[in-house]
Amino acid sequence: MQFPRIKWHIVVFLAPAVLVYSAIMIFPLFNTLRLALYTEVDQTRLFVGLENFRTLFGDPLWSDAFWNALWNNMVFFVVHMLVQNPVGILLAALLSHPKLRMAAFYRTAIFIPTILSFVIVGFAWKLILSPLWGIAPDLLDVVGLKSLFQPWLGREGTALLTLSLISVWQFVGIPMMLTYAALLSIPDEILEAGECDGITGFSAFWKIKLPLILPSIGIISVLTFVANFNAFDLIYTTQGALAGPDFSTDILGTMMYRTFFGFQLQLGDPHMGSAIASGMFAVILIGVCVYLFGIQTRLRRYQF
Amino acid sequence: MIKSTAKTALLASTLLGATAAMAETTLTIESWRNDDLALWQSQIIPAFEAEHPDINVVFAPSSPAEYNAVLNSKLDAGSAGDLITCRPFDASLALYDAGQLADLSDLSGMDNFSDVAKSAWQTDDGAATFCVPMASVIHGFIYNKEAFDELGLAAPETEAEFFAALDAIQADGNYIPLAMGTNDQWEAATMGYNNIGPNYWNGEEGRLALIAGDQSLTDEQWVAPYRTLARWGAYMGDGYEAQTYPDSQNLFTLGRAAVYPAGSWEISGFNGLADFEMGAFRPPVQNAGDECYISDHTDIALGLNAASPNAEAGRIFLDWVGSSEFASLYANALPGFFSLSNHAVDMEDPLAQEFVSWRGDCHSTIRSTYQILSRGTPNLETETWNASVAAIKGTETPEDAGARLQEGLASWYEPQQ
Repeated sequence: MQFPRIKWHIVVFLAPAVLVYSAIMIFPLFNTLRLALYTEVDQTRLFVGLENFRTLFGDPLWSDAFWNALWNNMVFFVVHMLVQNPVGILLAALLSHPKLRMAAFYRTAIFIPTILSFVIVGFAWKLILSPLWGIAPDLLDVVGLKSLFQPWLGREGTALLTLSLISVWQFVGIPMMLTYAALLSIPDEILEAGECDGITGFSAFWKIKLPLILPSIGIISVLTFVANFNAFDLIYTTQGALAGPDFSTDILGTMMYRTFFGFQLQLGDPHMGSAIASGMFAVILIGVCVYLFGIQTRLRRYQF
Repeated sequence: MIKSTAKTALLASTLLGATAAMAETTLTIESWRNDDLALWQSQIIPAFEAEHPDINVVFAPSSPAEYNAVLNSKLDAGSAGDLITCRPFDASLALYDAGQLADLSDLSGMDNFSDVAKSAWQTDDGAATFCVPMASVIHGFIYNKEAFDELGLAAPETEAEFFAALDAIQADGNYIPLAMGTNDQWEAATMGYNNIGPNYWNGEEGRLALIAGDQSLTDEQWVAPYRTLARWGAYMGDGYEAQTYPDSQNLFTLGRAAVYPAGSWEISGFNGLADFEMGAFRPPVQNAGDECYISDHTDIALGLNAASPNAEAGRIFLDWVGSSEFASLYANALPGFFSLSNHAVDMEDPLAQEFVSWRGDCHSTIRSTYQILSRGTPNLETETWNASVAAIKGTETPEDAGARLQEGLASWYEPQQ
C-alpha cells in the first residue's frame, strides 16, 4: 500500500495566505467570541459564561438598544435592497445597450463614489444637506420648492432613510458593475435566437437576460447584506458615535463601538462590546446561511 | 601622540557630559493638549527651568481623541512619562485605583486649592487627592455687543429679560437669536442644561443631594431646566436640528447670530474669528437679586506617575503648578481656561475677565452628571444629552425626561433606589 505523496508546493503556496488570514481575521474573530464570555471586576478578568448575553437580551436597558439597532440595520438593508440593487441593475441594463454613447464615461462617473472614503462622502453630504450653508435648500429654492426642505439629517423620522440613501448613492456602482459584467457575458446567439422567436427589447430583458443574471443578483444581495450589517463608518462620520437624533440611526456597528471603546464619560467595556459583536456575527452568519442553503442551491444555472 | 591626546580629550568630554546629564533630571509630561505645545515650550517650561536649572522638562502631548487609550497602554507597558495630565473624575480615578497615579494629598501646593477644585481628582470619600488642579472652564452666554447696541438691549440678568431680549432680536429679524444646534447633542446638555441648571438646583447643594440620594431627577429643580430649554427651540435658527457644533460657532463669529450659549474655552478661538465686539452674561436667574450659581467646571489637572523614577523632581514641578506664578502664566496664555487655585490671577482678556468675575458674585459648582453619577449603565451624562435635545425639540415632555433619567439612574445607583 502506498501513501499518496504530500504535494508540498500546495502547502507552500497556501501558507502565506492562510497564516496572514488566520492572524488578522480568524484569531481576532474567535478571540472576540471568547472575550464575550468574560467580565472585569476590580482589575481582574473573570469567566462568567453567557452572563453578558443574558444582560444583553434580558435587561431591557440593553435589549431595547440592541433591538433598536437591529431594526435600524434591517431598515438600512431593506432600503439598499429596494433602491440600490434595482437601480444598479437598471443602470447596468442601460449601459450594456449597444447604442448608448459615452457609456465608459457614465460607468466611471457612477462608480467613482464607491472608491471615495466614507469620511469624504459623509462630510460632503452633510454640507450639501446643511440647512445653513448647504446647496440643497438653495437648489430647491430655485425651482420654487423651498418649502419641501427639511433638516433631514436632524429629524428622527428622516435621518435613517437619508443616510441609507447617501449610502445607496455611494455604492450603487457595485451592483451596476457586477450586473454589467454578467450582462456582457450573455452570448449574442441566445439573444438572436430570441429575436427569431419575436422576443425583443424590453421583453428580451425580462425573459432572457434577467433569468441569466439571477446568480449574480444573488451574490450582490449577499454582499449587500454583509456590508450593511457590518456598516459603521457612514453613521459615525455623519452622526457621531451616539447615532442621533435620539438613536434613530443607531445600528449594530455604532452600538458596538460605543460599548467597546466607551463614549464621553462612559468607560469602555470590551466584554459587553464583544457580546454585541458576537450578536452581529450571529446575525450575519444566519443571514448568509439562509441564502446559501435556501436560495443559492435552488438557483438554476445555465451553461453556455 | 596627538591622536591619543585628542582621544583622551574626547573621552573626558563625554564623561563630563555624562556626569552633567546625571545631575539633571528630565521630566516628561503626558498630555492631550497638543494645541498648547508652543505655549508650554516658550513660556511655562522656561519659567520653571529658570528656577530649577537641574530639572529638564519635556512636554509630550498626544492627540485628544487617542489620549486615554495611548496613556493606558503606556502606563501598562511602563513607558509613560513622569507627569500625567489628568482627565476629571472616573478616567483618572481608575488610574489611581489601579496604582498608576501617586497619592499627592500631602503635597504642600495642594493647600492652594478649594475642596470643589480638588473634587474632580479625589477618591469618593475625599481621603486622597491624586492630581493638582490646573484649570476650569466656566459656562455662560457670549453675545454680539454690536447687535445688542443696535437693538438697544442690555445684557439680561433675569430669565424674563433673557427671553425678552431673544424676542426683540427675533422681531428685528436681522440676527438669529440663539446660535445652537442639536445635531451633535452635547451642546444641548453642556451649554444648555448644565449651563442654566445650577440656578435651579442651587449649585453644589443640589448636586451633592442628588449624589447622596436626597433629591431625585424628577424633583422640580431638576425638571425645570428642561422646561426652560423647551422654550429655546423657537429662537434657534431654521433647521437647527441638523446644525452641528462648528456650524453654531461659525454662525456666531460670522455675526449672523446674537447670543451663543458658551463655555469659556471658546474665548481664544472667538477672539481670532469675530470682528465685532463680544460681551458675556451669566446664566439668568429667576428674579432680580436671586443668589446666582455658575458652572465652573474642573477640566484639567496634573498627576504623578506612580512608577516614575523621578518622583522627587516630579513633586517639585507639581508644587510649582500650584503656585501663583503658574496660575497667572497659564490663565493668560490660554484665556478661557481659568486657574482653580485660590491665588488672585490678573488676566488681560476682557471676555475672560468678565467670565471669571462671576466667581466673585456667584457660587461655583461643576456639571451635575460628572462625579459618580455617570459611572453606570445607562450613562447619565449621555442620557442628559439625549433628554436636553428632546426637550429643545419638544419630542419629550420635561416630566417624562426627568422620569426616564431617574429610572435609568436608579437602576444601578443604590442611593437613588
